[in-house]
Amino acid sequence: MYSKKFLLDLYKTMYTIRVFESECIKLYRQGLIRGYYHPYLGEEAVGTGVCAALGKQDYIVSTHRGHGHCIARGADVKHMVAEVLGKETGYCLGLGGSMHIADITVGNLGANGIVGGGIPLGVGAALASKIRKEDRVVAIFFSDGASNNGVFAESLNLAGAWSLPVVFVLENNHYAVCTPVEKSCKADDLYTIGQGFGIESHMVDGNDVLEVYAAAQEAVAKCRKAKGPVLIEAKTYRHGGHHVNDPGAYMPQDRLEYFKSRDPVTLGKGHAMSIGKATKNDIAKIDKAVQKEMDEAVAFAKESPEMSEERFFELVENY
Amino acid sequence: MANAKTKAGRELQYREALNEALKEEMRRDDTVFVMGENIGERGGSFKVTVDLIHEFGADRVLDTPLAEASFTGAGVGAAIAGMRPVVEILFIDFTPLIMDQIANQAAKYRFMTGFKGSVPFVLRTQGGSGNGLAAQHSQNLEAWFCHIPGLRVVMPSTPYDAKGLLKSAIRHDGPVIFLEHKLLYQTKGPVPEKEYVVELGKGDIKREGRDVTIIAWSHMVLHALKAADVLAQEGIDAEVVDPRTLSPLDTELILESVRKTEHVVIAQEAVRRGGVGSDIASYIQEQAFDYLDAPIRIVAGHNTPMPFNLHLESVCTPHAEEIVAAAKETVYAEKRASA
Repeated sequence: MYSKKFLLDLYKTMYTIRVFESECIKLYRQGLIRGYYHPYLGEEAVGTGVCAALGKQDYIVSTHRGHGHCIARGADVKHMVAEVLGKETGYCLGLGGSMHIADITVGNLGANGIVGGGIPLGVGAALASKIRKEDRVVAIFFSDGASNNGVFAESLNLAGAWSLPVVFVLENNHYAVCTPVEKSCKADDLYTIGQGFGIESHMVDGNDVLEVYAAAQEAVAKCRKAKGPVLIEAKTYRHGGHHVNDPGAYMPQDRLEYFKSRDPVTLGKGHAMSIGKATKNDIAKIDKAVQKEMDEAVAFAKESPEMSEERFFELVENY
Repeated sequence: MANAKTKAGRELQYREALNEALKEEMRRDDTVFVMGENIGERGGSFKVTVDLIHEFGADRVLDTPLAEASFTGAGVGAAIAGMRPVVEILFIDFTPLIMDQIANQAAKYRFMTGFKGSVPFVLRTQGGSGNGLAAQHSQNLEAWFCHIPGLRVVMPSTPYDAKGLLKSAIRHDGPVIFLEHKLLYQTKGPVPEKEYVVELGKGDIKREGRDVTIIAWSHMVLHALKAADVLAQEGIDAEVVDPRTLSPLDTELILESVRKTEHVVIAQEAVRRGGVGSDIASYIQEQAFDYLDAPIRIVAGHNTPMPFNLHLESVCTPHAEEIVAAAKETVYAEKRASA
């Protein structure tokens, strides 16, 4: 039912995220990336599966751990690396950085440095779509941490009350920084929060891109028929700490090993080969192309200029 | 002067002028919509959105759940997606509930997207004391918003300014905090039938004078004008400057007046500590120190939560009398010094 091309595309997206994060962590350790850097390693299947279910006209709203969403939504890694290096050729001219990458031209309304802060923005984009009678669905990515925030409850309720075309994508990576989800919520499964608001809610294996995709596709279809919103909880796990400098010592080794044994990129490769009949050669070709694109992106970003003070003050005059 | 610009004739209440601005802009541009608590059939608690729902329907006049953070954020998100929302928050005292959406989202979005995104968003709310509404329904919090780069902050004092500024605010491509005053809604003033706008960032001389500059905004302008009448009887000719927009501030107009009168009183209803008045004073002393003949006087609310007791409420809120006293002190301080 899934074509070889489709499955390879999913794999390519996930592998691109994997390589992007791995290379940027190196740049971070070299001191070339400053500030906070929150890798999406281990969660690649969620953003990839959801974005694959969206149309060109749709929007996404991302999080502080947003590089994966950005890539899955079709960003050019050149301008992403440039942004995290603070260069003028970055998506946000180097003014936004890792936590604020947006690319409105492809419907990525942006990442957010405030946990939960983007959720109502996505609801508003969906409201705009409804008022203008446009066929746009909004996928709002947020975490288990954000699900504890009041604005999530309000936004879920608002989207439900107004039947807005929103897919709430709860990326449950089991930690709010280092606080485990079981210590911050009584509910065993966070998707049940949606049911309390009368909203159709599902849970999927967030490490299996096809499971995420199938649920997202169904949710998007419902939203297009004015039967939204839908909440999807995708259970997943970080492959490391909260950010690059957090070793994540609080993450139990056996649990980490379990989730690593269900690595989303490896699983996605398996789908491409078993279901899509892709060959080792197909995979190798993709791997090589992705690495090349990334190497070029890093070179491009390193060579790119920083914004001059003159240009900066010209831009912010009367801001 | 606003009054001089209008032909004798039609007068409207402040709330009616706001209502007319909303209607005109909603007719002009179908991306404009309003949302807030009980603003549809009820027309809002202060009757600013009366009848809008009948002309524009429930799709563009949205009654929200009592969930300020999310519906304000939804307004910001709709603006990012190309709409021009006007969100009403019933009392400015409730804006702490929406501050993330204003300060971190609306104000910064354009900047953080490398000047690619824009947020044509208006937040309408009202503040001020005077009705025995106590500590959580009487505040003046304009300083909070002025402190955040990326926001325009507007505080009109007359129906004419209210209408013209709201129209400009709706047409502005960035977030505008539009602060009304609960005691102004029923005040009347001339509003021409013919369409007009008042530019953001432009102040207005509400009364011309030579001896002392009284800088006041929102409801305090009414007190300043009353004070000027009293001062006139004592031979002091006061000029009343209404900045109308607090951010950006019309510093040119203020400095021009200060250079002329050489005496300054700043009157704000908000508590003094950390207030806009102090900021204006610092700017004047920096830019026009040599023109000043006496220290700048600031008349402001008492540094306290607002008491419910009506007498104590009045004691905590500045009035014309305090402005008169401050003006006399600054004018006579100079006379004493030169005597």
